[in-house]
Amino acid sequence: MSPDVNKLTVKDYKTDLKPVWCPGCGDYGVLNALYRAMAELQLEPWNTVVLSGIGCSSRLPGYVATYGFNSIHGRALALATGVKTARPELHVIAVGGDGDGMAIGGNHFMHSCRRNLDVTYILMDNEIYGLTKGQTAPTTPTGDKTKSSYYGNPEPAVDPVELAISVGATWVARGYSGDMKTLTKLITQAIEHKGFAFLNVISPCVTFRGDHQFKEIKEKLRYLPEDHDATDRTAALRYVREKDVVTTGVLYRVEEPTLGDRLEHIRMVAQGDGEPPTTQEIINHFMPLS
Amino acid sequence: MRKVIKGNGAVAHGVRLARAQVISAYPITPQTSIIEELASMVAEGELDARFIKVESEHSAMAGCIAASSAGARAFTATSAQGLALMHELIHWAAGARLPIVLANVNRAMAPGWSIWTDQNDSLSQRDTGWMQVYCESSQEVVDSVIQAFKVSERVLLPTIVVLDAFFLSHTYEDVEIPEQELVDGFLPPLELPQKLDLEHPAALGNLVFPDRYMEFRRKMELAQQHALGVWEEVGREWGELTGRPYGLLEEYRTDGAELVLVCAATAASTARVVVDRMRDAGIPVGLVRLRVFRPFPADAFRAVLGGRRKVLVLDRNCSFGHHGIFHQEIKSALFELPAAEQPEIRGVIAGLGGRDITPEDIEDMLTRAWEGRLEEATTWWDVLPAEDPVRAASVRS
Ligand SMILES: Cc1ncc(C[n+]2csc(CCOP(=O)(O)OP(=O)(O)O)c2C)c(N)n1
Ligand code: SF4
Ligand SMILES: [Mg+2]
Repeated sequence: MSPDVNKLTVKDYKTDLKPVWCPGCGDYGVLNALYRAMAELQLEPWNTVVLSGIGCSSRLPGYVATYGFNSIHGRALALATGVKTARPELHVIAVGGDGDGMAIGGNHFMHSCRRNLDVTYILMDNEIYGLTKGQTAPTTPTGDKTKSSYYGNPEPAVDPVELAISVGATWVARGYSGDMKTLTKLITQAIEHKGFAFLNVISPCVTFRGDHQFKEIKEKLRYLPEDHDATDRTAALRYVREKDVVTTGVLYRVEEPTLGDRLEHIRMVAQGDGEPPTTQEIINHFMPLS
Repeated sequence: MRKVIKGNGAVAHGVRLARAQVISAYPITPQTSIIEELASMVAEGELDARFIKVESEHSAMAGCIAASSAGARAFTATSAQGLALMHELIHWAAGARLPIVLANVNRAMAPGWSIWTDQNDSLSQRDTGWMQVYCESSQEVVDSVIQAFKVSERVLLPTIVVLDAFFLSHTYEDVEIPEQELVDGFLPPLELPQKLDLEHPAALGNLVFPDRYMEFRRKMELAQQHALGVWEEVGREWGELTGRPYGLLEEYRTDGAELVLVCAATAASTARVVVDRMRDAGIPVGLVRLRVFRPFPADAFRAVLGGRRKVLVLDRNCSFGHHGIFHQEIKSALFELPAAEQPEIRGVIAGLGGRDITPEDIEDMLTRAWEGRLEEATTWWDVLPAEDPVRAASVRS
């Protein structure tokens, strides 16, 4: 059996930039799983955009040989909306940190879920602001001591997975950067999903959360039971805000029209038989009762 | 008490001594250590304030606005992208006449991403109604933060205290930290004429019709004009208490100077060395350091620059399409002088994105200005030639 010379391998998705993450950072696992998932799907780099906000995790697009955009803090999904709307045929993968996605960019998250924007969003959740050296994030557990909370974080934390399910994402999963096999599978499925696919990856910051994290999370790690019904929202919500365990897998998955589908539908309705609509037709469309 | 501290630490000490009551902030390099130090001061009980770490700079300024509206002394710190994100609220704070103090560590704007110093972030807030002070040393930072609260509370306009990224924010210097009693005597507790008050219920932020809007804006302008005298008075008073007086601008060896360099912030420290060197060589140069930028001390500039032969303005910023910003403003101030007193003025744009401005650079620009070898109104210093102005991005090969 001769190897297929046209087949893309992991190597083809790597750039010549060397990641500058700290040794042991969870984000390496996410990057490697992403390479593998892309190779598995034979994703064409020239038809793929990876974009991010700002943070340690948001450096990732620089390490992937596709189109990339290391944008503004918190705005990955706002940019993804623009790219996907202008070029619906592209694979759009947004990535970033929990601070980027849940704090400063939190509003974009809700609206991307709600609109069922057809992009993949991988959140590298380390429960901290890594790049700015260890301040409390919305995901930091209550009581944890950080550089901005000497007596421990006084605020309740958000579980991004719970939020995504609640506000309308159509594919929601939790992964762990220390479990390459499962993570690769999850990223592959996330990219394949038509609609907003949200993957929250527990990705420890060894520098500001401590390197004991990997050991602790490994002990808490569980897989979803075989008989989990991913179309059942209530069942999915059983696995949020977990304390003593970390359950990974696809918690929720439904098929719904995407934002692109809806916009296309409007365009077709507005055009009627393919001819541009008359002014009266446009008025009738938006004001059917008048 | 003397202590060796960073510029960022100097901000924190100023805020502590001013007894700020609410600090609402979001981290960003190179400002972060300001709010971290304040968080620890609050935690250690050295500062009796509420510290809220919010989810973005937009919220940080919103928090300050609300706290200040309720009558609390409010502070935040930020840089570059963070200040830009605040912009909507920056207008609000000034329009609502709230005496908030903000420390901005000058950092260049993206793209391309940079964490190093230049002044375009703070100068982009020029027309919001905030006052702006540019500091040269950590000592000036502590002193200016305390003065800023006093001036702001007198004229009811907020102030941005500006310090250079890294050159000042992260450089350790020997600083005299004033005693609390001294500051308490200088800066009385905040008493706002209007605030959210259960005894006198009021609604804030209403619609203002065209028959009144201009009157509000005119009052902001009058307050800015009035603030010039207040900054001078407060700087003098501070000098009497501490032996360190401050003015709107600072002159260095301007006596008999025929060529005067104007610059702000840490570049002035470098320039001072060069002025000494060139004076020794017999060239009549002097230095004016711009300190208070808003309100703009136009009279003071006319007084010190009128009648000189030449003026060179060093801008670590650019108003794209029309020179450096200090250059524009000084030129427009000098235009009001009689023609015979108007110096020849040239501008240099240098040090953007944290590029070093060395003594050699300054000596070279002054020499060229002196010898009439700066042909253009504005010269971009130490840049690679730009082959094609339309092709904006350089492509990595
Ligand atoms: C408007 C703005 N505010 C603040 C910052 C500073 N900043 C950069 S990254 C970051 C937080 C990063 O945390 P997270 O998104 O969780 O990423 P991590 O570094 O943990 O991967 C902050 C506050 C910025 N770049 N822009
Ligand atoms: S600081 Fe934390 S998140 Fe950032 S690279 Fe280091 S380990 Fe990773
Ligand atoms: Mg993070």
